[in-house]
Amino acid sequence: MTSSELQSLYQELILDHSRTPYGFGLRDEITAQSHQLNPTCGDEITLQVHLADDGTVEAIAWEGHGCAISQASASLFADLVEGMTVAEVQQRIDVFREAMRSRGKIEPDEELLGDAAVLGSVSRYVARVKCAMLGWVAAEDALRRLD
Amino acid sequence: MTPHAPADASLTDTEILRIRADFPILRSEVNGHPLVYLDSGATAQRPLAVLDAERDFLTSLNSAVHRGAHTLAAEATVAFEDARAALAAFIGADEEEVVWTSNATEAINLVAYSVSNASLGRGGDAAARLRIGPGDEIVTTEMEHHANLIPWQELAARTGATLRVIPLDDDGALRLDEQTITERTRIVAFTHVSNVLGIVNPVADLVAAAHGVGALVVLDACQSAPHMPLDVRSLDVDFAVLSGHKMLGPTGIGALYGRRELLEAMPPFLTGGSMITTVTTTEAEYLPPPQRFEAGTQRVSQAIALAAAIEYLGEVGMPRIAAHEAELGRRLLDGLVQIDGVRVLGAGIDLPRVGLASIDIPGIHAHDVGQFLDDRGIAVRVGHHCAQPLHRRLGVTASTRASTYLYSTADEVDAYLDGVAATIDFFGARS
Repeated sequence: MTSSELQSLYQELILDHSRTPYGFGLRDEITAQSHQLNPTCGDEITLQVHLADDGTVEAIAWEGHGCAISQASASLFADLVEGMTVAEVQQRIDVFREAMRSRGKIEPDEELLGDAAVLGSVSRYVARVKCAMLGWVAAEDALRRLD
Repeated sequence: MTPHAPADASLTDTEILRIRADFPILRSEVNGHPLVYLDSGATAQRPLAVLDAERDFLTSLNSAVHRGAHTLAAEATVAFEDARAALAAFIGADEEEVVWTSNATEAINLVAYSVSNASLGRGGDAAARLRIGPGDEIVTTEMEHHANLIPWQELAARTGATLRVIPLDDDGALRLDEQTITERTRIVAFTHVSNVLGIVNPVADLVAAAHGVGALVVLDACQSAPHMPLDVRSLDVDFAVLSGHKMLGPTGIGALYGRRELLEAMPPFLTGGSMITTVTTTEAEYLPPPQRFEAGTQRVSQAIALAAAIEYLGEVGMPRIAAHEAELGRRLLDGLVQIDGVRVLGAGIDLPRVGLASIDIPGIHAHDVGQFLDDRGIAVRVGHHCAQPLHRRLGVTASTRASTYLYSTADEVDAYLDGVAATIDFFGARS
């Protein structure tokens, strides 16, 4: 009954990340932080970028509520970028955004995006792209605040 | 339809099939499934008669109304004013009491800005009774669509009046025991039918309370006018607003009903061409209502198409449509409350209902519910439905709303109920 497209949108890995999100829980320490809201559905995220002394990402900490896609996407992002430099993180955001906006034409680069590449099928659902982007947009905004 | 059916009998299966044949979009397939359109609360589908009426006007009569001396201009003006008369008759008003607007939102803003302008002294002595200021109160409710909340927030901010809100109980019903309406209340604005809960509010009680203290009543009839007989006189409201595209008509057209003596006293909101008598470089005199409130080029073909929608609804019969949708609404509610894991917003409220219900499935976000249903060709609305305060009061950020119309069937309601149960299996059983 359930189509293969829907199965592909809600892959097991995505549902797992939405149920037990990685990096969930904000920290008290002062850091670069961004709050993003999707006014059409009320989805919300607050995301912090914590840097190590060498300038790489020590951790992404976030809290929010929303659909499975938005929650899984933030979780996959937090998992992906740990240990990366700020420039590497920004590159991953750019690559992810390009794939999300491609209406299914660009397969996400697994080399660069790791497990987050499973979100590729979201790009065929125009109404859901914003959900998938929410955490990544918050991260981009937080990175800008680092400067 | 069936000539011998009682005026308030529900629609038969044969009649519904005949109605559905008038709506080509209902034969569509979505994602390999027949479309199950349960989003009429957002926008209704349009029958061929409405599309044809607009096209016929544009191919035979199109021209500017209320200006020009040529034949087409005269005939277009007659058709435009006939459309107004049709809407007036549909809601039990006089023609001069119906103002065309772009939508219901503009209609509410028209009232709010006219009151605002009166409060600045515009409209002279005639408009004095509309003036509000510090110490005065505007009352709305916690269940309103943002369109019937934000214009009043802004009016309060501009005039120094206080906005008070009738709170909701834990089920989502209006708490009329809270005495929100007081001697200081000047305007009471509320919705006839909740666009989230599907309940019909006790208009008579609210009107009695408002008129008891001399306040004006503004009724949001967007979710009632399409679905049940509406008579502004017997409801005794001072203003009512409605939306064309929710009642088989086009987008871009709505209307304001205003009690004649109030419209006559009101200063204009939008100003410019077509609403004046004499203009000098320093001042202008205005036409009587409704033209006073219809500045600029009007939505002529949309008004004519809306009149065709009203004719279509009239031929089926509003009492019969209401009976049909009450049946569907009961089937929807009864089915939803039986599904484990579903919370129906406002399920405990003991008031009449239309064919509309919103649900929360704890643990599954409304967007995911909507996506799963869409995979089966089922179109519903997900989100906060422009009613954030109501959702916040009920402890949710978003919900999934199914809403019916005269063309909806019991099979479609059942397909939705099956879809909701399957959604829970899909997202829940795999955890």
